[in-house]
Amino acid sequence: MTTGSSVTSKTSEGDRMQKLSASAQERSALKRNGLVDRLFELATRSSALLVLLLLGTITGSLVLAGWPALQELGLSFFTGDRWAANVENFGALPAIYGTLVTSLIAIAIAIPVSLGIAIFLTELCPPKLRRTIGTMVELLAGVPSIIYGMWGVEVLAPFLQSHFPSVFPAGTGLTTAGLILAIMIIPFITAVTRDVMHTVPPIMRESAYGLGCTTWEVIRHVIFPSVKGGMLGGVILGLGRALGETMAVTFVIGNNLFLSATLTGQGTSIAALIANQFSEADGLQRSALLLLGLVLFLITFAVLALARFMLKRMEQRAA
Amino acid sequence: MNPVYRRRRTINRIIMAASLLASAFGVIWLFLILVTLVSKGVPALSLDVFTERTRMSGGGLGNAILGSLIMTALATIGGTMIGILAGTWLAEYGGRSKLANTIRFINDVLLSAPSIIIGLYIYAVVVLPMGHFSGWAGVAALMVIIIPVVIRSTEDMLLLVPNSLREAAAALGAHRWLIVLKVCYSGAKAGITTGVLLGCARISGETAPLLFTALNTNQWNFFNMGSEMPNLPMVLYQNMTINSFIPAQVSLAWAGALILTAAVLILNILARVSSARSQK
Repeated sequence: MTTGSSVTSKTSEGDRMQKLSASAQERSALKRNGLVDRLFELATRSSALLVLLLLGTITGSLVLAGWPALQELGLSFFTGDRWAANVENFGALPAIYGTLVTSLIAIAIAIPVSLGIAIFLTELCPPKLRRTIGTMVELLAGVPSIIYGMWGVEVLAPFLQSHFPSVFPAGTGLTTAGLILAIMIIPFITAVTRDVMHTVPPIMRESAYGLGCTTWEVIRHVIFPSVKGGMLGGVILGLGRALGETMAVTFVIGNNLFLSATLTGQGTSIAALIANQFSEADGLQRSALLLLGLVLFLITFAVLALARFMLKRMEQRAA
Repeated sequence: MNPVYRRRRTINRIIMAASLLASAFGVIWLFLILVTLVSKGVPALSLDVFTERTRMSGGGLGNAILGSLIMTALATIGGTMIGILAGTWLAEYGGRSKLANTIRFINDVLLSAPSIIIGLYIYAVVVLPMGHFSGWAGVAALMVIIIPVVIRSTEDMLLLVPNSLREAAAALGAHRWLIVLKVCYSGAKAGITTGVLLGCARISGETAPLLFTALNTNQWNFFNMGSEMPNLPMVLYQNMTINSFIPAQVSLAWAGALILTAAVLILNILARVSSARSQK
């Protein structure tokens, strides 16, 4: 293939053809490499398709395993306010209520705090400290969730119980779980908020400062409007995390299987209910728990898809 | 001073003080948790914790630590291979095609899917057909969690390799697989390592996916992957819930929590060091 470059005008036509065409050895090398190329692409493509297969089988297996319960219980599964395995009464309402309430409490606490940290990190903090504090917040995201649960039940719950006995009579409950969840999702929301705030071109910031704006006015009127979508994406991402969190919540939510429409009372969440009952369940109860898992998967899938969609728009702008 | 200026300055100061407070509020939890871990975990640490197996009374965490190491290592190796291949396809072959964009989107969603759902999924497709809990099921669950992490970081890192390098190699006559192996991977090595370490840190602390897959046992289990596998997170969970009336088990759980957190944080810090090196 590469031998034709030194051909001079004196050589005969046949000679030239021979030199231009590949030798048998070169041809086999080309063939071999072509085969390797195809095999390599095949291997990488099938691994990538595995992701789609994963999603398909997760949904499929949960639907299949939860189907008997859905047939047996019908709508009462979603409207029943009591989950009592011993009398085969499976109402998912307490768990769904607990999941939503704890996540919303967590978001309500985490949003202002994460915003504050992001403002501090991008605008206030001396560059030297920036890396250290950023790392510390990110390490908080690395602590395993069971550690949060243990800490919540051994330190936070007794503290709340002894200092605010009127609000937290048992120490554990929906608000305690929400507080723990808030601590867990603050790092996620902070990281996203900080990153999208960095996508604002410095020249916009500088021109606002040049007009005499205070730091807060720059943030409020220049940075916020242009990163709104990305920040919302980060918040929804945190919400997705909070909805599906299991171990931290199981310890501190109180595991009360009756619906109690309060904010500080004891309750349960979908993930906590599954974690508590699944290993000893069979028959209808197991199927009902798997159905509950499907409900959680669908909720988080919708929430996370929304978050990714909003962040994607942000990335396109940054690019 | 002009009252408008004064008001603007005051508002600014209040907000800045509030964000300072928020940062303190955010960071203080790490300290509180670390202080609790050290104060409750260190007194319970001893050599026996590492060498003895778990028992109903007394004992250590040796078998659980070993089991966790085995499962995490196998899941990391398997997940890294699949994840790197899939990430390579997305970055090198998939491009902006519809299929690649769909896979990217699904992968991003799986990246933060609840880990308990992964546990249920593996229970339905591995444990039920096999008929019993097993180490393999635990490894499979952990693999499902680490794969999206590796895919994401592999793709991101490969996209950072400049196209001119690929074109230069192609101009020299290199085939595409050789370009990916020799040019792209060597450029993205440090970044991919960071991703793998972060993924490994994440799965080594996961409890929820092991609840109905690997379960737990009090016995030593040396690579007998077909049967229940002891593991550290599950021991913590059981000691803090069904065994929480035994003070010795609770303090053992705190020793385990200290070991687990230390391992996870060290992995996280290693990942950061490796990513800082790649940026230089």
